Amino acid sequence: MANKVDIVIVGSGPAGLSAAARAAQRGLSHLLLEKTDHLSDTIYKYQRGKHIMATPDILPIRSDVPFAAGSREEILEQWDRRSDEAGIQIRLKSEVVAIHGQQGDFRLQLSDDDSVQARWIVLAIGVQGNPNRLTQPGTDQDWVHYQLDDPKAVLDESILVIGGGDAGIENALGLAADPHQGNTVSLLQRADGFPRAKAANVKALYHAQDEGRIQIHTGSTLNRVEAGGSGEARWIAVIDTSEGEARIPVDRIIARLGATAPRKFLEAAGVEFSGPDREAFPVLSPQYQSSVAGLFIVGALAGYPLIKHCLNQGHDVVEFIAGNTELEPPDTPLLREILSVAEAQPDVEAWIARIQQVPVFAEASALQLREFLLFSQMRRYSDAETIFQRNDSGTSIYVILEGAVSVHIDPNDASKRARLDTGTLFGELALISGRKRTATIEAAGDTLLLDVPRTAMLRLMAAVPGVKRQMDRLSTWRQVGQLFGRLLPPEAITRIVDAAEAVELKAGETVIAEGEQSTDIYIIRTGSLVVEKTIGGQTVFLSYVPAGNYVGEMALFYEGRRTASVRAAIKSSLVKLPGPVFEQLLASNPQLRDSVEAQLAKRMRLNDYVEAQSESFGSVVEMHTSVANFLLQEGFGEATDALIIDETLCVACDNCETACAEVHDGISRLDREAGNTYAHIHVPTSCRHCAHPHCMTDCPPDAIHRGPDGEVFIDDSCIGCGNCARHCPYGVIQIAAVPPPKPGLLAWLGFGLGPGPGEPSAEWTARHRGEDKPPKKAVKCDMCKGIDGGPACVRACPTGAALRISPDDYLHLAQGAGGNR
Amino acid sequence: MSTTPESGSAPGIRHEGFLAHAGYRYLKWSLALMVFCLGLYLFAGVSPRHNGGTWLGYGLGSLGAGLILWLSWLGIRKRNYKRGRGSLKAWTSAHVYLGLSLLLIGTLHTGFQFGWNVHTLAYALMVAVIGSGLWGIWGYATTPPALSDNRMGRSQREMLDSLAGLDRELEQAAQTLEGSALQQVQQALQGTRVRPPWWMSKARLEQVCPTACALRELDRQLGGSSGDARRRLETVVRILERKVALLNRARRHIRHRQRLRAWLAWHVPLTITLIGTLSAHVFSVFYYW
Repeated sequence: MANKVDIVIVGSGPAGLSAAARAAQRGLSHLLLEKTDHLSDTIYKYQRGKHIMATPDILPIRSDVPFAAGSREEILEQWDRRSDEAGIQIRLKSEVVAIHGQQGDFRLQLSDDDSVQARWIVLAIGVQGNPNRLTQPGTDQDWVHYQLDDPKAVLDESILVIGGGDAGIENALGLAADPHQGNTVSLLQRADGFPRAKAANVKALYHAQDEGRIQIHTGSTLNRVEAGGSGEARWIAVIDTSEGEARIPVDRIIARLGATAPRKFLEAAGVEFSGPDREAFPVLSPQYQSSVAGLFIVGALAGYPLIKHCLNQGHDVVEFIAGNTELEPPDTPLLREILSVAEAQPDVEAWIARIQQVPVFAEASALQLREFLLFSQMRRYSDAETIFQRNDSGTSIYVILEGAVSVHIDPNDASKRARLDTGTLFGELALISGRKRTATIEAAGDTLLLDVPRTAMLRLMAAVPGVKRQMDRLSTWRQVGQLFGRLLPPEAITRIVDAAEAVELKAGETVIAEGEQSTDIYIIRTGSLVVEKTIGGQTVFLSYVPAGNYVGEMALFYEGRRTASVRAAIKSSLVKLPGPVFEQLLASNPQLRDSVEAQLAKRMRLNDYVEAQSESFGSVVEMHTSVANFLLQEGFGEATDALIIDETLCVACDNCETACAEVHDGISRLDREAGNTYAHIHVPTSCRHCAHPHCMTDCPPDAIHRGPDGEVFIDDSCIGCGNCARHCPYGVIQIAAVPPPKPGLLAWLGFGLGPGPGEPSAEWTARHRGEDKPPKKAVKCDMCKGIDGGPACVRACPTGAALRISPDDYLHLAQGAGGNR
Repeated sequence: MSTTPESGSAPGIRHEGFLAHAGYRYLKWSLALMVFCLGLYLFAGVSPRHNGGTWLGYGLGSLGAGLILWLSWLGIRKRNYKRGRGSLKAWTSAHVYLGLSLLLIGTLHTGFQFGWNVHTLAYALMVAVIGSGLWGIWGYATTPPALSDNRMGRSQREMLDSLAGLDRELEQAAQTLEGSALQQVQQALQGTRVRPPWWMSKARLEQVCPTACALRELDRQLGGSSGDARRRLETVVRILERKVALLNRARRHIRHRQRLRAWLAWHVPLTITLIGTLSAHVFSVFYYW
């Protein structure tokens, strides 16, 4: 076999194979090098019988290698056949260990001391040879795996699969597919949902969970692995969940944490990367040429793990090398269509470069941005045109590409405006929870915006750490601005944000300990905190602080000594501002000092009051503390408005449920009797309207929103998939179809016609359904939005037992223990 | 912290129950109305004597009849979930206090003239309706805390599910028994009713409930047994003990709920009868005038 060719292609996966097939087709002298003894090792290593999907659907395939969705075996067999027919020159068992030389005269050093010379190199080695590994204590064991060949070969084991990408989900599904295998399968996923996985996989996973085959832990991470104690399994995986630590017995861990480029090898060849992160990709030209002339990189190593992309890139890269300058990437026509809003004959590459100049996107590759753009819309606005209104619902994030926008800071005074210029983002609050818009924004002059759907932005943030960092910084800046913005110039806010440090707290974790010396201030970005004080050896509940506030300022006025303890009520993320930086700001800004002192005075009064009174109402304080703890356990730490029932008054008439069904198409959104009770306070199964609703995590049609009064509601675009119901930790969402219409109240009262007020029985509904089969949709409390007089459950309670409370109002000692007596 | 039912007593949560609604607003209204009516009765010169046919009698009668119709309207208002103004709690509060004032207004309307006729029948029915209402208030004031304490956060469905689960356990465990013990358990499984007849007393129920009987009998047999047989009996007795405890709880739950509803079974039909009789009373007064 010749050791000198025009094009050497390294790696025989879809990208490499497609490139070699094109080279063979064009009659170019070529050689395909493969490390293993078979083609396409990544797909070869997929679990047996795996169904391989062909996504994204809209992307056409342009390759000499055929591909359609099918099983692993079908596809491999087809490719083997194709490589014979096409006359591809293949050299198996040839691992490249180093690359020397330059364009026209490359020399590839092989592991068997042989070498190959080539004019051009196409690197298509993927990333699977370099999987990310677990670093937690106890994970360096031979039963911790990073791949799974045959799930059918694993029997009677407790398996923890880590990673909610497609690989992890497919492994978990494979292991749990057959109940006769006797496996107990858990899946651990860091994010709250599964933004990186294919929708069909996520659906199958949830289905498996509903059937009890797989236990899913989202928003959770592995803490450590330890030997099991007596009566436990041999090994225990200790995980951090949003509610605290959990212990899972394991016989096997399969970690599918993705893989990263073999950076050392590439950098030794002179290839530059887009950033310092592990997940960064090589810098490439639109023709896939790396920073080394003549060295081209395609496929997963270029940042494109999907088979369709790989096949197309393999084809295109050989065309580019062969001098075809006319060829456009297959998505170019689609992108041109999107960009046509901006100009008649858009230059796609120039636009991608422009978007890359927006600081937030600096670390994303051109190829990643191409896909990002594919899901976005370009919009043009003329001067003073409204982009969105305060309280509009919307989940898009906007990027200003040309012009500027003006933000109405004060809803009551239209003259108070802030200006955002080209290259900045707005609407980013939508990322957190799909809240209503907090301010009206209009165009300032002719403005060109990129309208990015929430899901596309989340996907990019998941793929590129640099983008996530930038977004976090932006939202911290805006949050500090919201808290102190009227008192601080932008430079001061930047100074605070520069000094700030992100702090992630698990549920129950303490951030400030009473008595310690520190003046750091903490801003709560998500979650909520509780403030407690030890009095006479007892922990007394002082107050509840929801997201959007800050804690820790009191120490500034107590010579740096903490006067109370603060811990997380639920999983929370905070921003820590170093005390000295804040003190400096206070010293130089009397207005800020006044504002902080006003806030402080309130907290100090409470503090002093508790200390002074603790003797005289000890038992009341104790009672309040235990009730507060009960409510926190019931999820009030993240609630904004929840229904409780005072069981000293409740006569169990269920008129609340009846009323709920009557005002909502015949389906009650609350179950009065279910739920926990403590000291006659009953928390029924009913929506708490969480500050950061779990239900919004993974709603495919983005149908869940927050209304102007804080209500979380589901709109008509619901497809009934049930994701929200699965994500809700309180079980308050049901999937139900609207029952058929029934006779009116007087017909029932007078003649006994129909099922009467309230939710009709299942039998009645089935009997009267007839041909009509309305779709099942997600149903939950919407706080009776649009109905005069407020929530029907409370209005319909004959004894006053039902009431809605907001934790900010309630979880306060001053109210509970008679502070206002 | 006291547990006065008229104002919510759940610790730390400040709100008013139906009796204390809006600082006892309707109690005050009702008292004012009663004082006014009583004042008229005592100080207005009516000759020759008080009865339903004087100007004051007609006035009080119209007021009473109007009140009765308005009070009955609660049955409709309660079910008008969409358009009803104000909270149902306020309506209940007003219903209770103005309903009580009717006792005085109606009595003054009669001028204390009673007889065996439709007029007195209407009055008697009114008193009966108010009486059943008082029974309801008493139940509403005393039962909810007991209901709540008894169910310990469990719903009726959960209790019934647990009972069904215990039945399955019992059935399985009883397979190891023989003779009269087996028969007793089978009877307990087949003959036990969670919802006993409403008239049966607690003591009587304790006597006849097949599960309680089985427990007593097996407990007795346990005393005279030993070895393997004893162990088998013991297992079944443990399950029976749990079942009896849960049955008692479920039955208390059902009784509490019955108590919260039973008065309505009198209050509502009596009200409807009252309205019929009242119509006859009004009609006869004007027809024979």
